[in-house]
Amino acid sequence: MSERAPFFFLIFILVAVGISTIYYRHVETGVPLTTGQQVTIWEVEAQIAFTGQQGAVNAQLTLPKDGKFKLVEEYTASPAYGVNVLREQIPPKVVWSKRKAEGRQTLYYRGSYKEVSDPETDPAPTDPIQADVWDEPYQSTASTLLKEAFDRSSNDELLLREIQNSLRAQNQSVALLLTRYTRTEVFVHLLQMAGVPSKRVGGLVLEDGRRNQSLIPLVRVYVDKQWELFDLESSDLDPESPILIWRQDSPWLLDVEGAGNSDISFSISSVTRSALKEAQSLSVDADLFNSGLYNLPIAEQNLFKGILLLPIGALVVVFLRVIIGLKCSGTFMPILIATSFIQTELLNGVIGFLLIVSTGLVIRSYLSRLNLLLVSRISAVVILVIGIITLFTIIAFRFGLTDALTITFFPMVIMAWTIERMSILWEEEGGKEVLVQGGGSLLVAVIAYLMMDNALIRHWAFNFLGVHALIMAAVLLMGQYTGYRLLELKRFKPMEDY
Amino acid sequence: MFGLFNLANPYKLRDRGVMGMNKRNFSYISRYNQRKFFPNVDDKLKTKVLALDYGLTVPELLGVVRYQHDVAEVSKILDQHQGFCIKPSKGSGGKGILVIIGSDEKGYKKASGEYVTYDDIIRHVTNILAGLFSLGGAADVAMIEALIEFDPAFTGLSHEGVPDIRIIVFKGYPVMAMLRLATHASDGKANLHQGAVGVGINIVDGTAKAAVQYNCPVSSHPDTGRDLLDLKIEGWQEMLHLSASCYEMSGLGYLGADVVLDRNRGPMILELNARPGLAIQTANRMGMLPRLQAIEAIVGRRGPSIEQRVEFVVNNFK
Repeated sequence: MSERAPFFFLIFILVAVGISTIYYRHVETGVPLTTGQQVTIWEVEAQIAFTGQQGAVNAQLTLPKDGKFKLVEEYTASPAYGVNVLREQIPPKVVWSKRKAEGRQTLYYRGSYKEVSDPETDPAPTDPIQADVWDEPYQSTASTLLKEAFDRSSNDELLLREIQNSLRAQNQSVALLLTRYTRTEVFVHLLQMAGVPSKRVGGLVLEDGRRNQSLIPLVRVYVDKQWELFDLESSDLDPESPILIWRQDSPWLLDVEGAGNSDISFSISSVTRSALKEAQSLSVDADLFNSGLYNLPIAEQNLFKGILLLPIGALVVVFLRVIIGLKCSGTFMPILIATSFIQTELLNGVIGFLLIVSTGLVIRSYLSRLNLLLVSRISAVVILVIGIITLFTIIAFRFGLTDALTITFFPMVIMAWTIERMSILWEEEGGKEVLVQGGGSLLVAVIAYLMMDNALIRHWAFNFLGVHALIMAAVLLMGQYTGYRLLELKRFKPMEDY
Repeated sequence: MFGLFNLANPYKLRDRGVMGMNKRNFSYISRYNQRKFFPNVDDKLKTKVLALDYGLTVPELLGVVRYQHDVAEVSKILDQHQGFCIKPSKGSGGKGILVIIGSDEKGYKKASGEYVTYDDIIRHVTNILAGLFSLGGAADVAMIEALIEFDPAFTGLSHEGVPDIRIIVFKGYPVMAMLRLATHASDGKANLHQGAVGVGINIVDGTAKAAVQYNCPVSSHPDTGRDLLDLKIEGWQEMLHLSASCYEMSGLGYLGADVVLDRNRGPMILELNARPGLAIQTANRMGMLPRLQAIEAIVGRRGPSIEQRVEFVVNNFK
């Protein structure tokens, strides 16, 4: 057993590397485990306009910071302006500056955000709450309002609902407060007096195709150990629309120095992208291996999509030979046939394969009477296969069978060798053995094709390179399998009774 | 569960010591057969030379055709001998063996009774040289051997072709033996999967134990009707010695020796096989593993002599 310890250690390493890279790819880079997962990307464009006063201009735009959203990409359009994106600051912001600005200036910031499935929770508030004191009679009216709500509730959460309800109600004291303050201001003031932590923020309602939007005032309240968002002003918010908290921890959204008449408006559009594309664009320089593949030109990427399927085919062949015990002619010939099935589709592929091989066998039987040397005979069969393929393509095209045109995807030399082997097999062992081995090869090819053509397996093979470490481990393990093959159980059936 | 698909229960098979293909490849062939010794048996010309070096009897070599331009030389050899056998030196699985038992005005007569022309024979030699029958299509040489005149004791045992005895030799110990009889179904070939009859031979005394064709028990030859179970092979001890000495000669720990009994020259080595098949177990109605493991359990730094090994087999494998 001890001599096999290094072997099992190797298997363990391969499995560990495989699983951990798959885990990393999925959790850290966000590559979805299944295909076809869609994510919605919100593209938000902020258009900033101001009038320059022939002097230096410095415009600062607060950028969103919301644990529920992740920045995918951002860029700015601002001719002749110096631009700095200060991501690390709290709050993050983008700063445009120019020595001399004249006339109406327009700057753009565009950011793509996607909702994250596991939002970061904002930390609990630490600052002590200081309530402002309003002028009379507003302060005492507010106190009365709070006291009424306080009496009608038993905890913070219910208190919040009570305050919210009383602010919405047609009520004399509320009407008085609203002559001077906005509902939001009253709400925050009451919360401060009640000692409930809260923040005024500006949020952007994300709805596809909206233009000229502005931030809506919202209140984040820390209740029940988490931040909740309250909207006091508008009652017609679509609860389905996500809200991106744009301004937070900052008294202003846009700060322009050296210019006047500044204005900001937002437009929003949503794009649906596959979750995979999204993860790819995020991981461009994240880890060397997988992202390295994504950085290749598309043509090479597609090439690798094909190449990385071959281990799957190899696994199928090893399994069918070592565990099942199927016979096939040529160890890896079935994989190559299976890769051409991917191009031709299964039915066309099988029909094409049978047509080429059977026609080839008939003509090859004549060649065998010509007494040729092996190399020239194989070459003759290669030319023959090309001829058969050309002929079938022309006939198929004439009859409008465009599906059959894919017959050209068969690897000619491999087909020639297959015909040659089958032909010898026929002469040596008879037609039955040709059917057994040819059928075995075709069966292996079809099974390998079904595996390699599976969308999920293709997705895994290309996007999780760790899978190949697992396949390696499986192939090595099967190389040590000394048990019976499935078909041997049939073969040795009579031995059971002796 | 296994009965449902007419499959054997793998645990029962294991209890009976039946060796599967994976076990054979992994635990015996790859462990006891060093790669460098494979050419000793894969190249039959080399085997013949080695066998002669070790003083073992082999069929007489009439000639060798190495190059295409020598093909015409074949006619000289053919003229001198009535019957002969043309085989590729590196052929596998009995491929490419052409047996001519005589010639008359109709041409050359094959073992099956069919006739072939001189041109057919030349084409066959050309095919051999081009590597049609060798592993991987490598260029090969054609050997022309004298025909084996099999012992009269075997009359009625074989439809066409020569009955040969396959003996599995493990580390120089003959482990299991089987008489292989060509049938009409096997087209004169001695391969069991092609329909030849396998007769399990008691390794101790050379008597028949059981016979199978296509994996099923039979008691008489399907073509000649001769009873197979009352067989006893003469000179069995000599055969055991001959097969045991193939170990030293080839260097292979696990091999199949194909031995034939010639009327005039006695037992001789026809060829050796580094990857002998598993059908011998079915023919003997017993698994091979217990015997292999018994031999693996023998300790001792210096290898025992051929006589000691044969004695061990006779005493232990009853």
